[in-house]
Amino acid sequence: MKAFSRIYTFLIFLFLYAPILVLLLFSFNSSSSTSVFSGFSVQWYKLIMHDTASITALRNTLVLAVCSSFLATVIGTAASVGIEKFRKGPFRTGLMAATNIPMTNPEIVTGVSMMLLFVFIGKLIRTDSVLGFGTMLIAHVTFNLPYVILTVLPKLRQTDKNLAEAAQDLGCRPVSAFFKVVLPAIMPGVLTGLIMSFTLSLDDFIISYFTSGPGFQTLPIVIFSMTKKRVKPDMYALSAIIFVSILILLIIYNVVQQKSDEKAKKSV
Amino acid sequence: MNRRSALLSRVIASPYIVWAALFIIAPLFFVVYYSFTNSAGDFTLLNIQTLHKYLPTFLRSIWFGIVATLICLVIAFPLAYIISQKSEKAQRTFVMLVMLPMWMSFLIRTYSWMALLQDTGIINSFLGKLGIDPIHMINTGGAVILGMVYNFLPYMILPIYSVMAKLDYSMVEACQDLGGNSFNVIRRCIIPMSIPGVVSGITMVFVPSVSTFYISQKLGGGSFDLIGDVIERQFQQSYNYNLGAALSLVLMVLIVISMAIMNHFSEGEGEMII
Repeated sequence: MKAFSRIYTFLIFLFLYAPILVLLLFSFNSSSSTSVFSGFSVQWYKLIMHDTASITALRNTLVLAVCSSFLATVIGTAASVGIEKFRKGPFRTGLMAATNIPMTNPEIVTGVSMMLLFVFIGKLIRTDSVLGFGTMLIAHVTFNLPYVILTVLPKLRQTDKNLAEAAQDLGCRPVSAFFKVVLPAIMPGVLTGLIMSFTLSLDDFIISYFTSGPGFQTLPIVIFSMTKKRVKPDMYALSAIIFVSILILLIIYNVVQQKSDEKAKKSV
Repeated sequence: MNRRSALLSRVIASPYIVWAALFIIAPLFFVVYYSFTNSAGDFTLLNIQTLHKYLPTFLRSIWFGIVATLICLVIAFPLAYIISQKSEKAQRTFVMLVMLPMWMSFLIRTYSWMALLQDTGIINSFLGKLGIDPIHMINTGGAVILGMVYNFLPYMILPIYSVMAKLDYSMVEACQDLGGNSFNVIRRCIIPMSIPGVVSGITMVFVPSVSTFYISQKLGGGSFDLIGDVIERQFQQSYNYNLGAALSLVLMVLIVISMAIMNHFSEGEGEMII
């Protein structure tokens, strides 16, 4: 049984990692083929380092991810604080149902529906080029918001409501009571929402594809237009660089978390 | 609660309320609006009437989606169980390993499968060295389903695992004490208790599988059009937004119906457990 479960686990992880291993291997290919390996070379890495289109796309992706995750976290956290205080009723139920729509709708429908809205507005103001950074930012904030709200709301429910009241009794204004007492208590949820939004935004292709214009392209969109033709290993090299940097960040994050866990255990 | 704090909570939530109205609700109205108008903006039923031409595509999408979801379920369930039986530290590592591939663009990973599956690709040249004749894999329905399973498998593993990791093991022990052998313990005890994870896994795999367009283009070679492909073409190539909106509307209704069916099932199962 144990041998079986080992083999089974190994096979599934082989399946999950096969294309990534292929990609890492062929990013070092000395020819431009992505299926016949002819020798080791780092030429594609050198090439991608000097490819301005890819570098611009990478910068655009990061700018969009930072802006949209930050905006979604601020609006979403404020919304959660408000929603938590709403009385139960049709308004609250309706608002929560609306919040679920971007999560349950197929991504292509979300993308298409936003595109239709933007196209309609473009017609109204008589311009052909509404699609760009602004529309993408709106789209990304929209699909990030539900994730922020659904991670912050449970944290708010867990915090003791008397805390904020006690702070106000001690002479705190409601606003500073929020920043001094409530916000620190829900911070783990807020941070989780922020990180989730950031990664969703980095990775998103489908919704971006329908809401972006030629003036502002992110990495997934550049990759998409490149895979329409035959991909050269330079795209593989770029993906490998991103993948390895994420891997390193995750390992650091895990080590730090483990150390703080151990500290917490010791102090108990 | 006094009136002032009720007002305050509305004020705090108001940016989101406005945002949700403008960018979640309004776009859906535009899908309906475009479905029932022509390019000049006049009311028409033409888009809805032409939909019957796409019935085979819809049926293929649903069929591929169901097959991919079932394969994911069969593969993921044992794996989730195996992971949940490991030490806490090992569990954390395995969850990380399941999530890690999702951090790499799915476009490039799917493209990489093309290199693996081609007639002269990596798998076939490996088989050739073993003396096995090449197998034709790329541009088949099977390749499209493989792409779906590959891309969405983590969405099935993670929810099932997270339910299993929190299972009340005193229940499992009680099951064993009552004389259940390991097969019966799994069938009568572990499977019913992990239904919530299975249900959310099924929706998380089925929805993106039914609506995908990239996977079918790359691994199906254009001969296995899915509904997502048709919608994508209306918006990015033939610029027939009205027909595209009508197709999206049907897709949306389809997803709502299948979710309602799933919820019905999960409630029924829940009653059975009690």
